Amino acid sequence: MNENLFTSFITPTMMGLPVVVLIIMFPSILFPSPSQLINNRLISLQQWLVQLTSKQMLAIHNHKGQTWALMLMSLILFIGSTNLLGLLPHSFTPTTQLSMNLGMAIPLWAGTVVTGFRHKTKASLAHFLPQGTPIPLIPMLVIIETISLFIQPVALAVRLTANITAGHLLMHLIGGATLALTNINASVALITFIILILLTVLEFAVALIQAYVFTLLVSLYLHDNT
Amino acid sequence: MASPVPVKEKKLMDVKLGELPGWILMRDFTPRGIAGAFQRGYYRYYNKYVNVKKGSVAGISMVLAAYVLFNYCRCYKELKHERLRKYH
Repeated sequence: MNENLFTSFITPTMMGLPVVVLIIMFPSILFPSPSQLINNRLISLQQWLVQLTSKQMLAIHNHKGQTWALMLMSLILFIGSTNLLGLLPHSFTPTTQLSMNLGMAIPLWAGTVVTGFRHKTKASLAHFLPQGTPIPLIPMLVIIETISLFIQPVALAVRLTANITAGHLLMHLIGGATLALTNINASVALITFIILILLTVLEFAVALIQAYVFTLLVSLYLHDNT
Repeated sequence: MASPVPVKEKKLMDVKLGELPGWILMRDFTPRGIAGAFQRGYYRYYNKYVNVKKGSVAGISMVLAAYVLFNYCRCYKELKHERLRKYH
């Protein structure tokens, strides 16, 4: 069972071909681009959702921060759709791979930091020292703030990976337990099944929330630095 | 066997069974041709099921069902050993 539990997380290759590339590109098919003023239902629904999300997310930024609108919107769409597609049976979720999440987190975080250093150097460096600290504590606090700055991309990536992986693992385990319990004790199996249903609802929420949190934090780091 | 219209330009439904191997060999297998085939297939599905006035959930759910089937075929090798009981 141990080997079976983790086989759904290995990078999919079919006869040596990296199918993972196709799987990562698959969500883009589900978002057609609008071609007319009044589009079909799918595109209109997606347009409405994107406008709702973008207005809420970009309200806190100034003009310079709002140039990142495209990046943040495509980020939340990609992570949300990839996580939701991972809830289908037997599917592979690319966001369970730490490599991919690091690849998303580090460039975005580095972009915000470099933007801050280039345009508002003094203010960016001033972030390292909170206001009103007693003078003897300053060296230690600068060190702590530096560490907390450099841990931001790692935290972004690991948060997303751990949440999605843990959710999938829990569903596998509880689903296996439900199947095994149906022959031993039907009522306990029913309780386990209800737990599984609740967990699935949670996973839907987590899929969307994680996308939101990732994007929100990137936008927060951006806000600090523009 | 010689037909008035050249075999290459006929649509698949008009090609006679004997001419089928020749028709397949004359298809465009360059990367550009294959990309064109994917594009034509995509737009054919899209215009039939999604880009309509009253599109329903069937349009995307067929795509998702095909995705599930594709992933099942991908993992079949590990899945075929799973059994609910040791002895049936």
